[in-house]
Amino acid sequence: MRTIGLVALHVFRDSVRDKVLYSIVAFAVVLMAVSYLIGQLTAGEDLKIIKDLGLAAMSLMGLFIAVFIGIGLIAREIDRRSIYAVLAKPVRRHELLLGKYLGLVGTLLVNLSVMAIAYYVVLAYIGTTLSPAALKAAPAPPTDPRLLLAVLMIALELSLVTAVALFWSTFSSSALLSAGFTVALYVAGQFGADLKNFEQVVESPAAGMVGRVLYYVLPNFAAFDIKAEVVHALPLPAGYLAMTTLYAAVYIAALLIASVMIFARRDFK
Amino acid sequence: MRNARGIAAGVVAIAALLTTVVALQMDRERRFPQAEPAQQILYVNSPAVLTRLALSYDALVADLYWIRAIQYYGGTRLSEQGDKSYELLFPLLDLTTSLDPDFNIAYEFGAFFLSEKKPGGPGQSDLAIKLLEKGLVARPDRWQYPYDIGFVHYRDGNYNVAADWFERAAKTPGAMKQGERADMWLIPLAANTRATGGDTRSSRVIYEHLLTSEAAWLREDAARRLKKLDAIDRIAELERRTREYERRFGDPPPTWEHMVQAGLLPGVPLDPEGHPYVLNPWWGDVTVSRDSPVWPLPTENPA
Repeated sequence: MRTIGLVALHVFRDSVRDKVLYSIVAFAVVLMAVSYLIGQLTAGEDLKIIKDLGLAAMSLMGLFIAVFIGIGLIAREIDRRSIYAVLAKPVRRHELLLGKYLGLVGTLLVNLSVMAIAYYVVLAYIGTTLSPAALKAAPAPPTDPRLLLAVLMIALELSLVTAVALFWSTFSSSALLSAGFTVALYVAGQFGADLKNFEQVVESPAAGMVGRVLYYVLPNFAAFDIKAEVVHALPLPAGYLAMTTLYAAVYIAALLIASVMIFARRDFK
Repeated sequence: MRNARGIAAGVVAIAALLTTVVALQMDRERRFPQAEPAQQILYVNSPAVLTRLALSYDALVADLYWIRAIQYYGGTRLSEQGDKSYELLFPLLDLTTSLDPDFNIAYEFGAFFLSEKKPGGPGQSDLAIKLLEKGLVARPDRWQYPYDIGFVHYRDGNYNVAADWFERAAKTPGAMKQGERADMWLIPLAANTRATGGDTRSSRVIYEHLLTSEAAWLREDAARRLKKLDAIDRIAELERRTREYERRFGDPPPTWEHMVQAGLLPGVPLDPEGHPYVLNPWWGDVTVSRDSPVWPLPTENPA
Protein backbone atom coordinates (compact mmCIF):
# COMPACT_ATOMS: atom_id res chain seq x y z
CA MET A 1 0.00 0.00 0.00
CA ARG A 2 2.87 2.34 0.91
CA THR A 3 4.55 1.63 -2.42
CA ILE A 4 1.35 2.50 -4.28
CA GLY A 5 1.20 5.78 -2.34
CA LEU A 6 4.82 6.59 -3.18
CA VAL A 7 4.27 5.90 -6.89
CA ALA A 8 1.11 8.03 -6.81
CA LEU A 9 3.01 10.90 -5.16
CA HIS A 10 5.71 10.59 -7.79
CA VAL A 11 3.12 10.81 -10.58
CA PHE A 12 1.56 13.87 -8.94
CA ARG A 13 4.96 15.60 -8.63
CA ASP A 14 5.73 14.66 -12.24
CA SER A 15 2.45 16.26 -13.36
CA VAL A 16 3.29 19.42 -11.46
CA ARG A 17 6.73 19.43 -13.11
CA ASP A 18 5.03 18.93 -16.48
CA LYS A 19 3.05 22.15 -15.86
CA VAL A 20 -0.27 20.27 -15.84
CA LEU A 21 -1.58 22.57 -13.14
CA TYR A 22 -1.14 25.48 -15.54
CA SER A 23 -4.52 24.38 -16.86
CA ILE A 24 -6.03 25.93 -13.71
CA VAL A 25 -4.59 29.30 -14.64
CA ALA A 26 -5.89 28.86 -18.20
CA PHE A 27 -9.32 27.96 -16.80
CA ALA A 28 -9.47 31.02 -14.54
CA VAL A 29 -8.30 33.37 -17.29
CA VAL A 30 -10.78 31.93 -19.82
CA LEU A 31 -13.66 32.14 -17.35
CA MET A 32 -12.93 35.72 -16.32
CA ALA A 33 -12.42 36.87 -19.92
CA VAL A 34 -15.61 35.19 -21.05
CA SER A 35 -17.65 36.53 -18.13
CA TYR A 36 -16.71 40.00 -19.35
CA LEU A 37 -17.37 39.24 -23.02
CA ILE A 38 -20.68 37.45 -22.49
CA GLY A 39 -22.36 40.67 -21.36
CA GLN A 40 -21.36 42.27 -24.65
CA LEU A 41 -22.36 39.38 -26.90
CA THR A 42 -25.59 38.02 -25.57
CA ALA A 43 -28.95 39.29 -24.40
CA GLY A 44 -29.82 37.66 -21.09
CA GLU A 45 -28.85 34.28 -19.69
CA ASP A 46 -25.33 35.48 -18.84
CA LEU A 47 -25.37 33.44 -15.64
CA LYS A 48 -26.48 30.26 -17.42
CA ILE A 49 -23.80 30.68 -20.08
CA ILE A 50 -21.03 31.20 -17.52
CA LYS A 51 -22.22 28.20 -15.52
CA ASP A 52 -22.27 26.06 -18.68
CA LEU A 53 -18.88 27.30 -19.80
CA GLY A 54 -17.25 26.70 -16.42
CA LEU A 55 -18.49 23.12 -16.18
CA ALA A 56 -17.63 22.38 -19.81
CA ALA A 57 -14.13 23.87 -19.39
CA MET A 58 -13.50 21.78 -16.26
CA SER A 59 -14.62 18.68 -18.09
CA LEU A 60 -12.65 19.41 -21.29
CA MET A 61 -9.41 20.34 -19.55
CA GLY A 62 -9.69 17.29 -17.35
CA LEU A 63 -10.38 15.13 -20.40
CA PHE A 64 -7.22 16.31 -22.13
CA ILE A 65 -5.16 15.65 -19.01
CA ALA A 66 -6.76 12.23 -18.44
CA VAL A 67 -6.25 11.09 -22.03
CA PHE A 68 -2.86 12.50 -22.86
CA ILE A 69 -1.18 11.91 -19.52
CA GLY A 70 -3.10 8.69 -18.88
CA ILE A 71 -1.79 7.04 -22.05
CA GLY A 72 1.75 8.13 -21.23
CA LEU A 73 1.80 6.77 -17.69
CA ILE A 74 3.09 3.37 -18.76
CA ALA A 75 3.99 3.98 -22.39
CA ARG A 76 6.46 6.72 -21.48
CA GLU A 77 8.24 4.49 -18.98
CA ILE A 78 8.59 1.80 -21.65
CA ASP A 79 9.67 4.28 -24.28
CA ARG A 80 12.35 5.79 -22.05
CA ARG A 81 13.28 2.28 -20.88
CA SER A 82 13.02 3.59 -17.30
CA ILE A 83 10.56 0.72 -16.67
CA TYR A 84 13.54 -1.62 -16.22
CA ALA A 85 14.99 0.56 -13.46
CA VAL A 86 11.61 0.90 -11.76
CA LEU A 87 10.81 -2.80 -11.84
CA ALA A 88 14.28 -3.66 -10.62
CA LYS A 89 13.34 -1.93 -7.36
CA PRO A 90 11.04 -3.60 -4.82
CA VAL A 91 7.97 -2.43 -6.73
CA ARG A 92 5.53 -5.00 -8.01
CA ARG A 93 3.89 -4.44 -11.35
CA HIS A 94 0.40 -4.06 -9.96
CA GLU A 95 1.66 -1.55 -7.37
CA LEU A 96 3.26 0.50 -10.12
CA LEU A 97 0.08 0.45 -12.18
CA LEU A 98 -2.28 1.29 -9.34
CA GLY A 99 0.08 3.98 -8.04
CA LYS A 100 0.23 5.53 -11.50
CA TYR A 101 -3.56 5.50 -11.73
CA LEU A 102 -4.13 6.99 -8.28
CA GLY A 103 -1.42 9.62 -8.88
CA LEU A 104 -3.14 10.87 -12.02
CA VAL A 105 -6.60 10.74 -10.47
CA GLY A 106 -5.18 12.72 -7.52
CA THR A 107 -3.79 15.31 -9.92
CA LEU A 108 -7.17 15.55 -11.63
CA LEU A 109 -8.97 15.94 -8.31
CA VAL A 110 -6.61 18.72 -7.15
CA ASN A 111 -7.07 20.36 -10.54
CA LEU A 112 -10.85 20.10 -10.36
CA SER A 113 -11.01 21.33 -6.76
CA VAL A 114 -9.01 24.48 -7.47
CA MET A 115 -11.00 25.07 -10.67
CA ALA A 116 -14.24 24.70 -8.69
CA ILE A 117 -13.06 27.35 -6.22
CA ALA A 118 -12.17 29.72 -9.08
CA TYR A 119 -15.54 28.91 -10.67
CA TYR A 120 -17.46 29.86 -7.53
CA VAL A 121 -15.45 33.08 -7.14
CA VAL A 122 -16.34 34.11 -10.71
CA LEU A 123 -20.00 33.14 -10.20
CA ALA A 124 -20.17 35.13 -6.96
CA TYR A 125 -18.79 38.12 -8.82
CA ILE A 126 -21.30 37.66 -11.67
CA GLY A 127 -24.05 37.51 -9.03
CA THR A 128 -23.11 41.00 -7.85
CA THR A 129 -23.41 42.38 -11.39
CA LEU A 130 -26.90 41.01 -12.10
CA SER A 131 -30.11 42.97 -11.61
CA PRO A 132 -32.56 41.81 -8.93
CA ALA A 133 -35.01 40.87 -11.75
CA ALA A 134 -32.39 38.67 -13.42
CA LEU A 135 -31.48 37.03 -10.12
CA LYS A 136 -35.14 36.37 -9.35
CA ALA A 137 -35.76 34.92 -12.81
CA ALA A 138 -32.70 32.63 -12.66
CA PRO A 139 -33.69 29.05 -11.82
CA ALA A 140 -30.91 28.81 -9.22
CA PRO A 141 -28.67 31.28 -7.34
CA PRO A 142 -25.26 32.09 -8.89
CA THR A 143 -23.30 30.10 -6.28
CA ASP A 144 -25.72 27.17 -6.25
CA PRO A 145 -24.15 24.37 -4.14
CA ARG A 146 -25.77 21.81 -6.49
CA LEU A 147 -23.14 22.75 -9.10
CA LEU A 148 -20.77 20.63 -7.02
CA LEU A 149 -22.82 17.59 -8.00
CA ALA A 150 -21.92 18.25 -11.63
CA VAL A 151 -18.26 18.68 -10.61
CA LEU A 152 -18.45 15.37 -8.74
CA MET A 153 -19.85 13.64 -11.84
CA ILE A 154 -17.08 15.19 -13.95
CA ALA A 155 -14.54 13.82 -11.45
CA LEU A 156 -16.05 10.34 -11.73
CA GLU A 157 -16.14 10.54 -15.51
CA LEU A 158 -12.49 11.62 -15.66
CA SER A 159 -11.50 8.82 -13.28
CA LEU A 160 -13.13 6.38 -15.67
CA VAL A 161 -11.46 7.97 -18.71
CA THR A 162 -8.09 7.68 -16.91
CA ALA A 163 -8.76 3.99 -16.25
CA VAL A 164 -9.60 3.49 -19.94
CA ALA A 165 -6.43 5.33 -21.04
CA LEU A 166 -4.32 3.28 -18.63
CA PHE A 167 -5.93 0.07 -19.86
CA TRP A 168 -5.02 0.75 -23.49
CA SER A 169 -1.50 1.85 -22.61
CA THR A 170 -0.80 -1.45 -20.83
CA PHE A 171 -0.75 -3.45 -24.05
CA SER A 172 -0.18 -0.90 -26.78
CA SER A 173 3.31 0.52 -27.28
CA SER A 174 2.02 3.35 -29.44
CA ALA A 175 0.85 6.40 -27.48
CA LEU A 176 -1.02 7.63 -30.56
CA LEU A 177 -2.94 4.38 -30.84
CA SER A 178 -3.77 4.41 -27.12
CA ALA A 179 -5.02 8.01 -27.38
CA GLY A 180 -7.07 7.06 -30.44
CA PHE A 181 -8.67 4.10 -28.68
CA THR A 182 -9.40 6.13 -25.54
CA VAL A 183 -10.97 9.01 -27.45
CA ALA A 184 -12.96 6.57 -29.61
CA LEU A 185 -14.31 4.85 -26.53
CA TYR A 186 -15.13 8.19 -24.93
CA VAL A 187 -17.06 9.28 -28.03
CA ALA A 188 -18.82 5.91 -28.33
CA GLY A 189 -19.74 6.18 -24.66
CA GLN A 190 -21.62 9.39 -25.43
CA PHE A 191 -23.89 7.62 -27.91
CA GLY A 192 -25.46 5.33 -25.36
CA ALA A 193 -29.05 6.16 -26.29
CA ASP A 194 -28.33 5.58 -30.01
CA LEU A 195 -26.73 2.21 -29.35
CA LYS A 196 -29.60 1.18 -27.11
CA ASN A 197 -32.17 2.08 -29.75
CA PHE A 198 -30.10 0.78 -32.66
CA GLU A 199 -32.70 -1.89 -33.43
CA GLN A 200 -35.15 0.86 -34.36
CA VAL A 201 -32.99 2.04 -37.27
CA VAL A 202 -31.71 -1.31 -38.59
CA GLU A 203 -33.73 -4.13 -40.06
CA SER A 204 -31.50 -6.95 -38.88
CA PRO A 205 -32.39 -8.12 -35.35
CA ALA A 206 -28.80 -9.36 -34.94
CA ALA A 207 -27.42 -5.86 -35.63
CA GLY A 208 -29.92 -4.44 -33.17
CA MET A 209 -28.77 -6.96 -30.60
CA VAL A 210 -25.11 -6.01 -31.21
CA GLY A 211 -25.99 -2.36 -30.59
CA ARG A 212 -27.76 -3.26 -27.36
CA VAL A 213 -24.82 -5.41 -26.16
CA LEU A 214 -22.38 -2.60 -26.95
CA TYR A 215 -24.58 -0.20 -25.02
CA TYR A 216 -24.25 -2.29 -21.89
CA VAL A 217 -20.58 -3.26 -22.35
CA LEU A 218 -19.04 0.09 -23.34
CA PRO A 219 -18.63 2.70 -20.60
CA ASN A 220 -21.69 4.94 -20.66
CA PHE A 221 -20.08 8.36 -20.35
CA ALA A 222 -23.36 10.11 -21.16
CA ALA A 223 -24.71 9.05 -17.78
CA PHE A 224 -22.26 11.38 -16.03
CA ASP A 225 -23.54 14.42 -17.87
CA ILE A 226 -25.83 16.21 -15.43
CA LYS A 227 -24.57 19.69 -16.30
CA ALA A 228 -27.82 20.89 -17.90
CA GLU A 229 -29.97 19.51 -15.05
CA VAL A 230 -27.87 21.28 -12.44
CA VAL A 231 -27.70 24.59 -14.32
CA HIS A 232 -31.48 24.59 -14.92
CA ALA A 233 -32.11 23.46 -11.32
CA LEU A 234 -34.04 20.41 -12.51
CA PRO A 235 -34.65 17.56 -10.04
CA LEU A 236 -31.85 14.99 -9.75
CA PRO A 237 -32.81 11.88 -7.79
CA ALA A 238 -30.20 10.92 -5.18
CA GLY A 239 -30.64 7.31 -6.31
CA TYR A 240 -29.49 8.21 -9.82
CA LEU A 241 -26.34 9.89 -8.49
CA ALA A 242 -25.61 6.99 -6.13
CA MET A 243 -26.05 4.38 -8.87
CA THR A 244 -23.91 6.35 -11.32
CA THR A 245 -21.18 6.64 -8.68
CA LEU A 246 -21.36 2.90 -8.07
CA TYR A 247 -21.33 2.26 -11.84
CA ALA A 248 -18.11 4.30 -12.16
CA ALA A 249 -16.48 2.51 -9.22
CA VAL A 250 -17.33 -0.96 -10.57
CA TYR A 251 -16.25 -0.12 -14.13
CA ILE A 252 -12.98 1.42 -12.92
CA ALA A 253 -12.28 -1.65 -10.76
CA ALA A 254 -12.90 -3.94 -13.76
CA LEU A 255 -10.58 -1.90 -15.99
CA LEU A 256 -7.85 -1.75 -13.36
CA ILE A 257 -8.00 -5.52 -12.80
CA ALA A 258 -7.80 -6.09 -16.56
CA SER A 259 -4.89 -3.64 -16.80
CA VAL A 260 -3.03 -5.34 -13.94
CA MET A 261 -3.53 -8.74 -15.56
CA ILE A 262 -2.25 -7.59 -18.95
CA PHE A 263 0.62 -5.62 -17.45
CA ALA A 264 1.70 -8.58 -15.28
CA ARG A 265 2.16 -10.71 -18.40
CA ARG A 266 3.72 -8.07 -20.57
CA ASP A 267 7.18 -8.75 -21.93
CA PHE A 268 9.30 -5.58 -22.13
CA LYS A 269 12.07 -7.03 -24.28
CA MET B 1 25.81 39.82 -19.28
CA ARG B 2 26.22 38.37 -22.74
CA ASN B 3 23.27 36.10 -22.05
CA ALA B 4 21.02 39.04 -21.07
CA ARG B 5 22.07 40.91 -24.19
CA GLY B 6 21.25 37.86 -26.28
CA ILE B 7 17.75 37.61 -24.75
CA ALA B 8 17.13 41.33 -25.32
CA ALA B 9 18.23 41.00 -28.94
CA GLY B 10 15.92 38.03 -29.39
CA VAL B 11 12.94 39.89 -27.92
CA VAL B 12 13.63 42.89 -30.16
CA ALA B 13 13.91 40.62 -33.21
CA ILE B 14 10.64 38.85 -32.40
CA ALA B 15 8.85 42.18 -31.82
CA ALA B 16 10.20 43.54 -35.10
CA LEU B 17 9.16 40.44 -37.03
CA LEU B 18 5.66 40.44 -35.52
CA THR B 19 5.27 44.14 -36.33
CA THR B 20 6.31 43.38 -39.91
CA VAL B 21 3.73 40.57 -40.08
CA VAL B 22 0.94 42.90 -38.92
CA ALA B 23 2.03 45.63 -41.34
CA LEU B 24 2.22 43.13 -44.21
CA GLN B 25 -1.27 41.82 -43.46
CA MET B 26 -2.74 45.33 -43.28
CA ASP B 27 -1.04 46.33 -46.51
CA ARG B 28 -2.19 43.18 -48.31
CA GLU B 29 -5.79 43.74 -47.21
CA ARG B 30 -5.61 47.35 -48.37
CA ARG B 31 -4.31 46.33 -51.81
CA PHE B 32 -6.43 43.22 -52.22
CA PRO B 33 -9.58 43.74 -50.19
CA GLN B 34 -11.32 40.52 -49.32
CA ALA B 35 -14.98 40.30 -50.21
CA GLU B 36 -17.32 39.93 -47.24
CA PRO B 37 -19.35 36.74 -47.41
CA ALA B 38 -22.60 37.48 -49.24
CA GLN B 39 -24.68 35.73 -46.66
CA GLN B 40 -24.27 33.85 -43.45
CA ILE B 41 -24.12 30.11 -43.67
CA LEU B 42 -25.36 27.49 -41.29
CA TYR B 43 -22.93 24.60 -41.65
CA VAL B 44 -24.99 22.13 -39.64
CA ASN B 45 -28.73 22.32 -40.16
CA SER B 46 -29.86 19.18 -38.44
CA PRO B 47 -30.53 19.46 -34.69
CA ALA B 48 -30.19 15.66 -34.39
CA VAL B 49 -26.72 15.68 -35.97
CA LEU B 50 -25.55 18.67 -33.96
CA THR B 51 -26.76 17.16 -30.69
CA ARG B 52 -24.61 14.11 -31.40
CA LEU B 53 -21.60 16.15 -32.53
CA ALA B 54 -21.74 18.17 -29.30
CA LEU B 55 -21.13 15.03 -27.21
CA SER B 56 -21.68 16.01 -23.58
CA TYR B 57 -21.07 19.69 -24.29
CA ASP B 58 -24.53 20.29 -25.75
CA ALA B 59 -25.40 23.05 -23.25
CA LEU B 60 -22.24 24.94 -24.14
CA VAL B 61 -22.86 24.53 -27.90
CA ALA B 62 -26.45 25.73 -27.27
CA ASP B 63 -25.01 28.87 -25.68
CA LEU B 64 -22.84 29.45 -28.74
CA TYR B 65 -25.84 29.09 -31.07
CA TRP B 66 -27.86 31.39 -28.80
CA ILE B 67 -25.16 34.08 -29.03
CA ARG B 68 -25.07 33.55 -32.78
CA ALA B 69 -28.88 33.94 -33.01
CA ILE B 70 -28.71 37.23 -31.07
CA GLN B 71 -25.88 38.52 -33.23
CA TYR B 72 -27.67 37.41 -36.41
CA TYR B 73 -30.92 39.09 -35.42
CA GLY B 74 -29.22 42.31 -34.36
CA GLY B 75 -26.94 42.36 -37.40
CA THR B 76 -29.81 41.77 -39.81
CA ARG B 77 -32.02 44.33 -38.13
CA LEU B 78 -29.33 47.03 -38.15
CA SER B 79 -28.02 46.32 -41.65
CA GLU B 80 -29.08 48.91 -44.17
CA GLN B 81 -28.80 46.66 -47.15
CA GLY B 82 -28.79 43.06 -48.12
CA ASP B 83 -31.04 40.20 -47.16
CA LYS B 84 -33.56 41.05 -44.46
CA SER B 85 -35.45 37.81 -44.62
CA TYR B 86 -34.10 36.58 -41.26
CA GLU B 87 -34.07 33.13 -42.81
CA LEU B 88 -31.47 31.80 -40.37
CA LEU B 89 -33.21 33.04 -37.22
CA PHE B 90 -35.54 30.09 -36.80
CA PRO B 91 -32.89 27.42 -37.64
CA LEU B 92 -30.51 29.02 -35.14
CA LEU B 93 -33.13 29.08 -32.38
CA ASP B 94 -34.25 25.57 -33.33
CA LEU B 95 -30.68 24.30 -32.96
CA THR B 96 -30.27 26.17 -29.66
CA THR B 97 -33.41 24.67 -28.17
CA SER B 98 -32.65 21.18 -29.50
CA LEU B 99 -29.26 21.26 -27.82
CA ASP B 100 -30.73 22.64 -24.60
CA PRO B 101 -34.50 22.05 -24.42
CA ASP B 102 -34.71 24.11 -21.21
CA PHE B 103 -33.25 27.25 -22.78
CA ASN B 104 -36.29 29.34 -21.84
CA ILE B 105 -35.14 32.66 -23.11
CA ALA B 106 -34.57 31.25 -26.60
CA TYR B 107 -38.27 30.32 -26.82
CA GLU B 108 -39.30 33.72 -25.45
CA PHE B 109 -36.97 35.48 -27.87
CA GLY B 110 -38.40 33.41 -30.72
CA ALA B 111 -41.98 34.29 -29.77
CA PHE B 112 -41.20 37.95 -29.56
CA PHE B 113 -39.00 38.54 -32.57
CA LEU B 114 -39.92 35.82 -35.10
CA SER B 115 -43.54 37.01 -34.95
CA GLU B 116 -42.64 40.67 -35.39
CA LYS B 117 -44.33 41.91 -38.54
CA LYS B 118 -42.50 42.83 -41.73
CA PRO B 119 -40.76 45.05 -42.73
CA GLY B 120 -39.27 45.60 -39.26
CA GLY B 121 -39.24 41.94 -38.31
CA PRO B 122 -39.24 38.48 -39.88
CA GLY B 123 -43.05 38.13 -39.87
CA GLN B 124 -42.76 34.38 -39.16
CA SER B 125 -45.55 33.81 -36.65
CA ASP B 126 -45.96 30.19 -37.77
CA LEU B 127 -42.32 29.46 -36.94
CA ALA B 128 -42.61 31.32 -33.62
CA ILE B 129 -45.54 29.07 -32.69
CA LYS B 130 -43.66 25.98 -33.89
CA LEU B 131 -40.74 26.88 -31.63
CA LEU B 132 -43.00 27.49 -28.64
CA GLU B 133 -44.89 24.24 -29.19
CA LYS B 134 -41.52 22.50 -29.09
CA GLY B 135 -40.86 24.21 -25.75
CA LEU B 136 -44.24 23.07 -24.52
CA VAL B 137 -43.37 19.45 -25.34
CA ALA B 138 -40.10 19.79 -23.39
CA ARG B 139 -41.68 21.56 -20.41
CA PRO B 140 -45.47 21.09 -20.28
CA ASP B 141 -45.52 22.61 -16.78
CA ARG B 142 -44.40 26.05 -17.91
CA TRP B 143 -47.27 28.52 -18.36
CA GLN B 144 -45.03 30.92 -20.24
CA TYR B 145 -45.06 28.88 -23.48
CA PRO B 146 -48.85 28.74 -24.00
CA TYR B 147 -48.96 32.37 -22.91
CA ASP B 148 -46.34 33.26 -25.53
CA ILE B 149 -48.29 31.33 -28.20
CA GLY B 150 -51.31 33.41 -27.20
CA PHE B 151 -49.17 36.52 -27.49
CA VAL B 152 -48.18 35.61 -31.07
CA HIS B 153 -51.84 35.06 -32.01
CA TYR B 154 -52.78 38.29 -30.27
CA ARG B 155 -50.20 40.14 -32.31
CA ASP B 156 -51.63 38.63 -35.48
CA GLY B 157 -55.12 39.76 -34.52
CA ASN B 158 -56.45 36.23 -33.83
CA TYR B 159 -58.01 37.31 -30.56
CA ASN B 160 -60.19 34.26 -29.91
CA VAL B 161 -57.31 31.86 -30.51
CA ALA B 162 -55.09 34.06 -28.33
CA ALA B 163 -57.70 33.97 -25.55
CA ASP B 164 -57.82 30.15 -25.80
CA TRP B 165 -54.05 29.99 -25.27
CA PHE B 166 -54.14 32.47 -22.37
CA GLU B 167 -56.77 30.24 -20.73
CA ARG B 168 -54.63 27.19 -21.37
CA ALA B 169 -51.64 29.01 -19.84
CA ALA B 170 -53.70 29.80 -16.74
CA LYS B 171 -54.50 26.10 -16.33
CA THR B 172 -50.90 24.82 -16.47
CA PRO B 173 -49.55 23.66 -13.11
CA GLY B 174 -46.75 26.26 -13.17
CA ALA B 175 -49.25 29.14 -13.37
CA MET B 176 -50.82 28.16 -10.06
CA LYS B 177 -47.51 27.90 -8.24
CA GLN B 178 -47.39 29.67 -4.88
CA GLY B 179 -45.67 33.01 -5.18
CA GLU B 180 -46.28 33.14 -8.93
CA ARG B 181 -50.09 32.79 -9.34
CA ALA B 182 -49.96 33.87 -12.99
CA ASP B 183 -53.49 32.46 -13.35
CA MET B 184 -54.72 35.48 -11.36
CA TRP B 185 -54.04 37.80 -14.28
CA LEU B 186 -54.10 35.31 -17.16
CA ILE B 187 -57.80 34.50 -16.70
CA PRO B 188 -58.92 38.18 -16.82
CA LEU B 189 -56.55 38.71 -19.75
CA ALA B 190 -58.15 35.82 -21.64
CA ALA B 191 -61.65 37.14 -20.92
CA ASN B 192 -60.73 40.65 -21.93
CA THR B 193 -59.03 39.51 -25.12
CA ARG B 194 -62.05 37.41 -26.07
CA ALA B 195 -64.54 40.20 -25.28
CA THR B 196 -62.85 43.27 -26.68
CA GLY B 197 -60.21 41.94 -29.05
CA GLY B 198 -57.21 44.14 -29.57
CA ASP B 199 -58.01 46.96 -27.18
CA THR B 200 -55.15 48.61 -25.38
CA ARG B 201 -56.15 47.15 -21.98
CA SER B 202 -55.17 43.62 -23.06
CA SER B 203 -52.00 44.87 -24.71
CA ARG B 204 -51.12 46.80 -21.58
CA VAL B 205 -51.47 43.70 -19.38
CA ILE B 206 -49.20 41.76 -21.73
CA TYR B 207 -46.50 44.41 -21.93
CA GLU B 208 -46.63 45.21 -18.21
CA HIS B 209 -45.97 41.54 -17.59
CA LEU B 210 -42.98 41.72 -19.95
CA LEU B 211 -41.57 44.60 -17.89
CA THR B 212 -40.74 42.02 -15.23
CA SER B 213 -38.84 39.84 -17.70
CA GLU B 214 -35.32 38.72 -16.91
CA ALA B 215 -33.98 39.98 -20.23
CA ALA B 216 -33.19 43.67 -20.43
CA TRP B 217 -33.99 43.76 -24.17
CA LEU B 218 -37.48 42.44 -23.49
CA ARG B 219 -38.05 44.98 -20.72
CA GLU B 220 -36.82 47.80 -22.95
CA ASP B 221 -38.99 46.67 -25.84
CA ALA B 222 -42.02 46.35 -23.54
CA ALA B 223 -41.38 49.85 -22.14
CA ARG B 224 -41.19 51.21 -25.70
CA ARG B 225 -44.46 49.51 -26.61
CA LEU B 226 -46.17 50.74 -23.43
CA LYS B 227 -45.26 54.28 -24.46
CA LYS B 228 -46.96 53.61 -27.81
CA LEU B 229 -50.05 52.42 -25.95
CA ASP B 230 -49.96 55.56 -23.79
CA ALA B 231 -49.84 57.59 -27.00
CA ILE B 232 -52.81 55.68 -28.47
CA ASP B 233 -54.87 56.26 -25.34
CA ARG B 234 -53.87 59.92 -25.24
CA ILE B 235 -54.76 60.34 -28.93
CA ALA B 236 -58.23 58.90 -28.25
CA GLU B 237 -58.66 61.43 -25.44
CA LEU B 238 -57.37 64.31 -27.59
CA GLU B 239 -59.70 63.38 -30.46
CA ARG B 240 -62.65 63.44 -28.05
CA ARG B 241 -61.65 67.03 -27.20
CA THR B 242 -61.19 68.08 -30.84
CA ARG B 243 -64.71 66.76 -31.52
CA GLU B 244 -65.92 68.84 -28.57
CA TYR B 245 -64.21 71.89 -30.15
CA GLU B 246 -65.86 71.14 -33.50
CA ARG B 247 -69.26 70.78 -31.77
CA ARG B 248 -68.79 74.19 -30.15
CA PHE B 249 -67.28 76.14 -33.05
CA GLY B 250 -68.52 74.27 -36.14
CA ASP B 251 -65.02 73.44 -37.49
CA PRO B 252 -62.13 71.30 -36.22
CA PRO B 253 -59.42 73.29 -34.32
CA PRO B 254 -56.79 74.76 -36.74
CA THR B 255 -54.03 74.55 -34.09
CA TRP B 256 -53.45 73.34 -30.53
CA GLU B 257 -53.35 77.00 -29.44
CA HIS B 258 -57.02 77.31 -30.45
CA MET B 259 -57.83 74.37 -28.18
CA VAL B 260 -55.88 76.00 -25.32
CA GLN B 261 -57.66 79.32 -25.84
CA ALA B 262 -61.01 77.48 -25.81
CA GLY B 263 -60.06 76.02 -22.42
CA LEU B 264 -60.13 72.46 -23.72
CA LEU B 265 -56.41 71.86 -23.11
CA PRO B 266 -53.95 73.30 -20.56
CA GLY B 267 -51.14 73.48 -23.15
CA VAL B 268 -49.74 71.90 -26.31
CA PRO B 269 -50.02 68.14 -25.71
CA LEU B 270 -46.77 66.16 -25.78
CA ASP B 271 -46.33 62.46 -26.48
CA PRO B 272 -44.48 60.19 -23.98
CA GLU B 273 -41.18 61.09 -25.68
CA GLY B 274 -41.82 64.85 -25.36
CA HIS B 275 -42.77 65.54 -29.00
CA PRO B 276 -45.98 67.55 -29.69
CA TYR B 277 -48.85 65.50 -31.10
CA VAL B 278 -49.71 66.35 -34.70
CA LEU B 279 -53.19 67.81 -35.27
CA ASN B 280 -54.89 67.49 -38.66
CA PRO B 281 -56.73 70.87 -38.99
CA TRP B 282 -59.03 69.50 -41.76
CA TRP B 283 -60.48 66.55 -39.89
CA GLY B 284 -59.47 67.13 -36.29
CA ASP B 285 -57.76 63.77 -36.00
CA VAL B 286 -54.50 63.40 -34.08
CA THR B 287 -51.34 61.39 -34.57
CA VAL B 288 -47.75 61.30 -33.36
CA SER B 289 -44.92 63.17 -35.01
CA ARG B 290 -42.73 61.20 -37.39
CA ASP B 291 -39.76 62.65 -35.48
CA SER B 292 -40.90 60.97 -32.30
CA PRO B 293 -39.43 57.61 -31.21
CA VAL B 294 -42.99 56.37 -30.59
CA TRP B 295 -43.77 56.62 -34.34
CA PRO B 296 -45.14 54.49 -35.94
CA LEU B 297 -47.98 53.46 -33.69
CA PRO B 298 -49.35 49.93 -34.13
CA THR B 299 -52.41 51.48 -35.75
CA GLU B 300 -50.35 53.26 -38.40
CA ASN B 301 -48.64 52.19 -41.59
CA PRO B 302 -44.96 53.18 -41.36
CA ALA B 303 -44.56 53.23 -45.16
